[in-house]
Amino acid sequence: MSNIPSELKYAPSHEWVRNEGDGTFTVGISEHAQELLGDMVFVELPEVGDEVDAGEDCAVAESVKAASDIYAPISGEIVAINEELEDSPETVNNDAYGDGWLFRIKASDESELDNLLDAEGYSHTIDEE
Amino acid sequence: MTSKTVLHAKHLEAGAKMVDFHGWEMPINYGSQIEEHNSVRTDAGMFDVSHMTIVDIEGPQAKAFLRKLVANDVAKLTVPGKALYTGMLNEQGGVIDDLIIYFFSETFYRLVVNSATREKDLAHLANVSSDFDVTVTERPEFAMIAVQGPNAKAKTATLLNAEQQAAVEGMKPFFGVQVGDLFIATTGYTGEDGYEIVVPNDQAADLWQQLLDAGVKPAGLGARDTLRLEAGMNLYGLDMDESVSPLAANMAWTIAWEPEDRDFIGRDVLVKQRAEKSTDKLVGLVFEEKGVLRSGSKVIVDGGEGIITSGTFSPTLGFSVALARVPRSTGDTAQVEMRKKLVNVKVVKPSFVRNGKSII
Repeated sequence: MSNIPSELKYAPSHEWVRNEGDGTFTVGISEHAQELLGDMVFVELPEVGDEVDAGEDCAVAESVKAASDIYAPISGEIVAINEELEDSPETVNNDAYGDGWLFRIKASDESELDNLLDAEGYSHTIDEE
Repeated sequence: MTSKTVLHAKHLEAGAKMVDFHGWEMPINYGSQIEEHNSVRTDAGMFDVSHMTIVDIEGPQAKAFLRKLVANDVAKLTVPGKALYTGMLNEQGGVIDDLIIYFFSETFYRLVVNSATREKDLAHLANVSSDFDVTVTERPEFAMIAVQGPNAKAKTATLLNAEQQAAVEGMKPFFGVQVGDLFIATTGYTGEDGYEIVVPNDQAADLWQQLLDAGVKPAGLGARDTLRLEAGMNLYGLDMDESVSPLAANMAWTIAWEPEDRDFIGRDVLVKQRAEKSTDKLVGLVFEEKGVLRSGSKVIVDGGEGIITSGTFSPTLGFSVALARVPRSTGDTAQVEMRKKLVNVKVVKPSFVRNGKSII
């Protein structure tokens, strides 16, 4: 069973969201997702300043196995991206919930967070796969 | 119901992620396939290849049988232990399987064929051999471990006895020798130095452990695929199959055209294809930007279209490479459909890395 931290919110498409407490939210992919994908070889990120809608594909995680779209879990403006991943995409495998974060969104509507899953809900969706 | 090799428990012990590989439960990786790949390129790694099928051919007409069966000519083999890579073809000149043949004597040869094609291979061998005075014997009592990498031979040497060390000392590439209970061959599927070792099932786990203790890293099917692709070695079922001529699969070098009166299966079709230059060809593709070339993608070239037969990210090179079957007219560049857009790729010879170094 992979690690699913209880303080995070999750999208069924395997992104996690962390509330930074200042109106911004950090996004990455779950431990389970990186296990499914295998060794990461490229990560394509949005640009700072991009406006994204919830559910919009805005990044790509490409592993030895497959290229996988990453969807924005909430709407807003991209305010930071993890540039370290350019040279070290394997960080997503090694530290999915920490240094392997992908981008940070300034939420345009924080109520969208209510549409996401908590750790328990996300764990059920994995079990059903 | 999947089959397990005798090393199954050793894989689980090493933390392997197991997958169903054509009916065999095999390790895809032991954590990171890229790290496993790099171990083989820079040091020493080992693969459980016990799922592969070993078949011994014995009898007064063993040589005549194999001269009929495969596109290469076993009459080239005169030194005991020498090995030959080739394909066995159907009457239409398509590849039933690729295989390695080891020569012991003109009445005794050993074949190693793929696991995914085991049943049809055995059926074909039974069919063709019925006209010859030979016996065809599968050898499931053996496991096989491939030890590969620049330090593979030195690390293996630490656990061989004096007799075994003497037998493999200075052995040239593509040879095999039976010494004691082990059959040790200088063959492989990675483009690196090393051995493939055939070992009785009941000794396999001990040998695996000794290799682990000698510092050889276990590597899974994931790394095996990226290594063989970098080395430009075909994978049956992707780069060729029964509908593909060896001439369209970079296997022309495995066909012996002389002597002209050797009537191997598929010869007539190949002779015609060769004269008319009617087949596609297998080339290498290189894409140095972000993104990975994938098997099945369409390749657009001047005046035609082809297909990527195998594609991957090359851990050694840091970008993506692929094998593609394309029209003969293909030049130095092509375009590939990648995630709904067209990207430009370089066309090169179908071989990318040898002995740890780029050869593009």
